[in-house]
Amino acid sequence: MSLLRVESLKISYGGINAVKGIDLEVAQGEMVALIGANGAGKTTTLKAICGVMKPAAGKVHYQGRDITALPSHVLVTMGMALVPEGRGIFGRLTVEENLDIGAYTRRDKAATRAQLAHVYEMFPRLKERRNQTAGTMSGGEQQMLAIGRALMSAPRLLLLDEPSMGLAPLMVQRIFDTIRRVAAEGVTVLLVEQNAKLALESSARGYVMESGKITLSDTAPALLDNPQVRQAYLGE
Amino acid sequence: MDIFLQQIINGLTLGSVYAVVALGYTMVYGIVQLINFAHGEVVMVGAMVGLSVIGALAASSGLPPLVVVLAGAMSAVPVCMAVGYTMERVAYRPLRGAPRLAPLITAIGISIILQQVAMLVWSRNPLSFPQIVANPVFEVAGAHVSAVQIAIVSVSVLMMAVLTLIVYRTRLGVAMRATSENAQMAGLMGVNVNQVIAATFVIGAALAAIAGVMIGTYYGIAHYKMGALLGMKAFAAAVLGGIGNLAGAMLGGILLGVVEALGTGYIGELTDLCHIDWISTSLAQRCAEDGHVVVFGSNYQDVFAFVVLILVLVFRPSGLLGERVGDRA
Ligand SMILES: Nc1ncnc2c1ncn2[C@@H]1O[C@H](COP(=O)(O)OP(=O)(O)O)[C@@H](O)[C@H]1O
Ligand SMILES: [Mg+2]
Repeated sequence: MSLLRVESLKISYGGINAVKGIDLEVAQGEMVALIGANGAGKTTTLKAICGVMKPAAGKVHYQGRDITALPSHVLVTMGMALVPEGRGIFGRLTVEENLDIGAYTRRDKAATRAQLAHVYEMFPRLKERRNQTAGTMSGGEQQMLAIGRALMSAPRLLLLDEPSMGLAPLMVQRIFDTIRRVAAEGVTVLLVEQNAKLALESSARGYVMESGKITLSDTAPALLDNPQVRQAYLGE
Repeated sequence: MDIFLQQIINGLTLGSVYAVVALGYTMVYGIVQLINFAHGEVVMVGAMVGLSVIGALAASSGLPPLVVVLAGAMSAVPVCMAVGYTMERVAYRPLRGAPRLAPLITAIGISIILQQVAMLVWSRNPLSFPQIVANPVFEVAGAHVSAVQIAIVSVSVLMMAVLTLIVYRTRLGVAMRATSENAQMAGLMGVNVNQVIAATFVIGAALAAIAGVMIGTYYGIAHYKMGALLGMKAFAAAVLGGIGNLAGAMLGGILLGVVEALGTGYIGELTDLCHIDWISTSLAQRCAEDGHVVVFGSNYQDVFAFVVLILVLVFRPSGLLGERVGDRA
């Protein structure tokens, strides 16, 4: 059964229809890529999934439940976590406070501390800078923090919005290594990316989005071989 | 008597109350970018409730005076918390995301409502603080310090310390700071943003309640209109320190209290025309008769806060400790 199922989802900003009726599914334990050009509607789709935006029509099902009307702070308690576009870290809080607030809904102190140790082990850089204000860190470090913070809630479903944006190639590689590791640990991942090659190489399946619609959906290897995809997104 | 030291002591007393009230303005502004102009009325409600309870218990209960004062404060706190919560829930929450002018006008409306309700409940006559607590006065280097002044400064400092601990050391505090920085992102962390905003109003109102009881005790009087001026002064203090900044509100409150006290202490002397009585013979004659011809007397006490407010807005709108002002004010 799928962990996340989006059905005929339509989302608009005032009169502008940004998402025009899409269907999308992510199975438990799967890593799925959602690729598409700038302005295709990927971020908007994630916003509706995680309860930041109310869709104009359609449904979002999560863990077999209709969550379309639920606010984001409730979805967090159901195991959903977002690494947003532009990272959205709290720049005036310290690194460790950012991580603490990632575990805001968790009451099990021991498990939370273990999770913190796990995140610090994944990103030793964050541990070095734990008492520093997060806003003073580099872009790559902030992206690590955004991912670490999302992991602090011990999510079942991790939504990532363009984690490679604005990062140097070496940092992109490190971030993707981490994402693959998290997926291998059993977390279900929906990955939005403009870097289609990297995203599809890391995922099992993929969706291609164009001006608010899903135009292609297939296994990742098939999409990587698809001439349309190769021409439009892989620059060949 | 040393006027300078005396005015510093008086200024620190009032200033620490301004600081506690200013914290309420600055916390709410920090989290929802709203200036809750009705906050002064919450202080007034605290003073009225506190003095009513103190008056009633002093007359009949036979309890020790300190217990009576404590009971007054402990009654004012929950009433003010309820007022703060209701205000947020009923008046401000529905306007979140509305143009800035809407909550501002609403704040004025709430002020009027609270004043009128207070007038209906307590009448137009001021409530007086019964003389139950002995208020010994100590002499320090030629100036007088009363026990009430010491108590007010101590309680204020204690409340500021507790608030700082809440904001910087608790789960709620982290949630408040996160919400103030990016409410949507805080929601995505599992923070119930509405609850955190309500908590901010309620904490500010609890501080206002204690401030109200302290100011009522200090002046020995409370009335339904006292909130407006006090609120404006505390607001000026918050702006002086940098609105949205907690340390700024504390610093601004204390500075404003001291400036006001020194200003009041020296304005008569500074604007005494007899310093320049050579400019006219009739002036010289009056000076010879009365000794002083003062232009602005100490009844100009309330002017200083607004002079400070205007100077800050002109020369340093971000306040002493504020970072940036941008388009937020
Ligand atoms: N806040 C907004 N207000 C109005 N239109 C928006 C807003 N955010 C995004 N859009 C529009 O919605 C469409 C989809 O945007 P977005 O979901 O951000 O795309 P993507 O993440 O795929 O780059 C774009 O045409 C964009 O201009
Ligand atoms: Mg986007």
